[in-house]
Amino acid sequence: MRLSMDLELQDIPGQLMQSLEPFKKYKGNIISVVHHRDRKTPRGTVPVQIVFEIDPSNIENIKKHLEDNGIVVVRAGEDRFIEETSVLLIGHVLHSDLGDTINRIDSTGFAEVEDLSLRMPGIEEPSSAYLRIRATGKEEIGKSLSILRHVGAEKDLLVIEPIEAEKI
Amino acid sequence: MREVRISLVGFGIVGHGVLEVVRRKWGLLRKMGLDMKVVSVTDINGTLFDETGIDPQRLHAARTLEGIANLDIIGKEAIQKVDSDLVVEVTPTNIVHGQPGLGHIEEALSSGKHVVTSNKGPLVVAYNHLQEMAQDNGVMLKYEATVGGTMPLISLVEKNLVGNEILGIRGIFNGTCNYILTRMMEEKYTYSYALTEAQDLGIAEADPAYDVDGIDTAGKVVILANSIFGMTAKYEDVSVTGIREITPEALNLAWERGYHIKLIGEVPALTVKPMLVPRRSPLAVGGTLNVASIETDLSGTITVTGLGAGSIETASAIVSDIVSIYTSRQIDG
Ligand SMILES: NC(=O)c1ccc[n+]([C@@H]2O[C@H](COP(=O)([O-])OP(=O)(O)OC[C@H]3O[C@@H](n4cnc5c(N)ncnc54)[C@H](OP(=O)(O)O)[C@@H]3O)[C@@H](O)[C@H]2O)c1
Repeated sequence: MRLSMDLELQDIPGQLMQSLEPFKKYKGNIISVVHHRDRKTPRGTVPVQIVFEIDPSNIENIKKHLEDNGIVVVRAGEDRFIEETSVLLIGHVLHSDLGDTINRIDSTGFAEVEDLSLRMPGIEEPSSAYLRIRATGKEEIGKSLSILRHVGAEKDLLVIEPIEAEKI
Repeated sequence: MREVRISLVGFGIVGHGVLEVVRRKWGLLRKMGLDMKVVSVTDINGTLFDETGIDPQRLHAARTLEGIANLDIIGKEAIQKVDSDLVVEVTPTNIVHGQPGLGHIEEALSSGKHVVTSNKGPLVVAYNHLQEMAQDNGVMLKYEATVGGTMPLISLVEKNLVGNEILGIRGIFNGTCNYILTRMMEEKYTYSYALTEAQDLGIAEADPAYDVDGIDTAGKVVILANSIFGMTAKYEDVSVTGIREITPEALNLAWERGYHIKLIGEVPALTVKPMLVPRRSPLAVGGTLNVASIETDLSGTITVTGLGAGSIETASAIVSDIVSIYTSRQIDG
């Protein structure tokens, strides 16, 4: 089973290696480790996000092992959507089958539309939709945006992407 | 004192600004060792020539050279016949064929004259060709005012960021679009209402297509791609979407979620399209401002902002280019 965990490490050498030990011990298969050195918490700890595959019965052991070593486990669980982005659609958003548009993202398995708001000024007027998309990683965010670009071209919708989601 | 004899080709908004800035800064320029003289002004009516330097006061109130020109020559012929060191090319932009500016710049470079221009057309159509011509003739072609008007972008990259690898540039390069989107967001105006307001204020042209369809921004993207990234991009290589389809509701929805919508040009991606810009981003400037973020390998991301257009503002970028030609030459010895 694929799981993710948010940890907070002390900013001292060796902490990261130490935090990975229990995953090895309980036969977890680490998929990604994101070390946010640039996003220190007010307490001075460094957030780390680990995505891994493991037999779920071992998760409590891992948590205990980490906590015994002074590592803060902020969250552990199935939530594997660790990246998010925002997109705005303008056009006949509803009448071009909004359900289908959302499903194109949700059906990928690596991303989902988490939040949606609509503005419909009038029947014949173009409407707008705001979508928040969450995905398993940066690359998957990129793939989701590319799917939306295609859907936009197909359904004549203007797709407005955020600048931070794309590399320059 | 170094004498700089300037031929001004094009006598519109920017042309008038150049005369005014040279007049106002005459003393300062002399302190820098430059005796700048505008020896000729050319528009479609003819050329006004004075080898001792045209008194700007004389042209102050004149909108065109009709009835003032003393030589019946225009265009390339005027550039060829007037004895000058440098041509300021400020005729109207045409992004498809680059004329008449392209012919003017070729004529100037091949007769060994430096060129400073605010005209995007020739550079979009033939940047690499023109720079080669300049090099072959031992002169310089400067064009700061073509991208972002008064905002120092080209010189920032060429001088101050020298040694850095430039990874990307993204920004707002059209003040008209920025003004329209800002007003739509602030006042909940429809696109067409904000456009007419911009037209009434002289910020948008009667035919706004060039600005609002992203053509102008795409031209600037091509210039940046070829000059800063050493590409051989053409206008057709840019994927362009303008702002006509943006609605006040969409702007409002974006705002509630922490974003502006801005028309963003990107290099080397070669795209021009409306994008969500986080409200706290340095790119989130309003009104007619332009802005550019330069991503570098050594210096991180650097953002500059300034007025993208205007008579005096654009002329200031032109005069800075002229000064830089002569000051960098002095260092060369
Ligand atoms: N305005 C700005 O703030 C700004 C900012 C950045 C860049 N630019 C660029 O700078 C250039 C000049 O802009 P502008 O606003 O000054 O334009 P403008 O007011 O339309 O002036 C253009 C001038 O060029 C003259 N002209 C046209 N064809 C000519 C020819 N074949 N030979 C000689 N002169 C000719 C025009 O004469 P007539 O009026 O008699 O036709 C006019 O005097 C354009 O390329 C523009 O894109 C402008």
